[in-house]
Amino acid sequence: MHTTKTGWGLLAPALLWIVAFFTVPMALMVAVSLWSREKGKIVQTWDLGNYANFLEKSYFMQGLVNSLEITALVTIISVLLAYPLAWIIAEQVPARFRRLALILAILPFWTSYVVRSYSWLLVLGKGGIVNQTLLSIGLIAEPLEIASTRAATVIGFVHFFTMLLTLTIYANLVQLPPNYRRAAADLGASGLQTFRHVILPLTLPGIMVGAFLTFVLCIGDYITPQILGGNNELTLPQIIMLQIGRRADFPMASAIALILMSVVTVAYIACARWLRLERV
Amino acid sequence: MRALSWLYLAAAYGFIFLPVIVLVTFSFQDGRLPVPPFKGVTLRWYAEIFADDRLMSALLNSLVVALGSSLVAVTLGFLAAFALARYVLPGSAWMRGLIAAPLTVSYLVIGLGLLMLFNQIGLPRSLWTVGIGHVVINLPLCFAIIYASMGAQQDAAERAARDLGASTSQVLILVTAPMLAPSIFAAFFLSVTFSWDEFIIAFLLARFEVTLPVEIWNMLRSGLNPKTNAIGSVVFLISIALVIALEFTVFRRRK
Repeated sequence: MHTTKTGWGLLAPALLWIVAFFTVPMALMVAVSLWSREKGKIVQTWDLGNYANFLEKSYFMQGLVNSLEITALVTIISVLLAYPLAWIIAEQVPARFRRLALILAILPFWTSYVVRSYSWLLVLGKGGIVNQTLLSIGLIAEPLEIASTRAATVIGFVHFFTMLLTLTIYANLVQLPPNYRRAAADLGASGLQTFRHVILPLTLPGIMVGAFLTFVLCIGDYITPQILGGNNELTLPQIIMLQIGRRADFPMASAIALILMSVVTVAYIACARWLRLERV
Repeated sequence: MRALSWLYLAAAYGFIFLPVIVLVTFSFQDGRLPVPPFKGVTLRWYAEIFADDRLMSALLNSLVVALGSSLVAVTLGFLAAFALARYVLPGSAWMRGLIAAPLTVSYLVIGLGLLMLFNQIGLPRSLWTVGIGHVVINLPLCFAIIYASMGAQQDAAERAARDLGASTSQVLILVTAPMLAPSIFAAFFLSVTFSWDEFIIAFLLARFEVTLPVEIWNMLRSGLNPKTNAIGSVVFLISIALVIALEFTVFRRRK
């Protein structure tokens, strides 16, 4: 076997980079979250004041509730939209066009992130396509306020995550051996029964991985709620950015960031048993 | 059932493509607002973005940061994957976990941590600090992709090379890297696209020189503008070209 020393030498650069620019900042964040900002200055108070503040003020708690509600809604809607799409591409589209159909389904994934949210603003805004169309066919008399609401944030998110989930669920579906379906049919199962008792349980890992990814990316995102949701209903990332930008309150921002991280950790533990990535 | 499937497929594609179609269509809008009615075709907004120095230098900055940080990320990730796959190191499971750890934390939190670190040690914000941040988010990804593709097949070839007297660096450069070229390239490409499109870390860690997503964000403050449509369409076109190129080269060959 080769010498261990060389092994450490090869591993060291990556390890040092992660420790210096990830582990150390995270430790610093934990420390700073125990400080506080008093009269415009950061004081090393070493107490849980920021966390108490978070729990007491409805401003912060409402942010947490908004984030959780939006994320849950987005995850559920995206799974419900993506599953049939992935299934149709995997099962109904002729094999020759399958890859093309899949690439088409995730093509707008490659638009720039900021631009994608902006595009939805064009669609949903007061003078946007949706309002103009509804007005011209006489379905509504006044333009709807869709932009700067929770609905706009959810639509923007669902658009992005439907593409992501279609990809993960599709990858899962095409791996299923066709024999399973034939066996179920031979044993007298109807199409629906086959789906419920064979296909769905077997694709559950793919769904869970996708749903978890959706949850993590959605709850930590700043751009989509900021551009589409506006400032009426703040999510936690928006509140963190306000703490940094407007108030330079790094201790409070750190505390909120750590709370956000712990929410993700709880979600991870909750679906850990489906998340063994190698099974997908 | 069939008809229902096609109907669903059409509706889904409609939903998925709606914003892109609106974006691209109204980038040609002959008027000040990128919303209906469509007033006619002009290339004026494209001319304006290519004449906009700030936008063009932001585009260049993004390219430099994406290529530079991805090169570092893929190199470090490759060396670490090789070390953990081929050497018996105590605590290697922990090391793998440590390198993968940034994947579980949102970009905003990573950016905030780095911002505070750089403030503490007095390192001024610049494109360099953005690059450091982008290596942090892409290194775990490169590591995971390359580590997953290290198999027994390469191991045998590496042993043969060693028996013939190759040094470790010769093995790495002449045997391992060429054999793993598809996954190294895939890792590099993914890394470039993530860095190229990344907003929040670049926003927090850049100061005077900014990357393209941050500059586009700045443009959004002036409201809806066909110029934003134009730059958005150009970025989309570049990405699509890259994806199609990749589809016909790397992935086709692997099948």
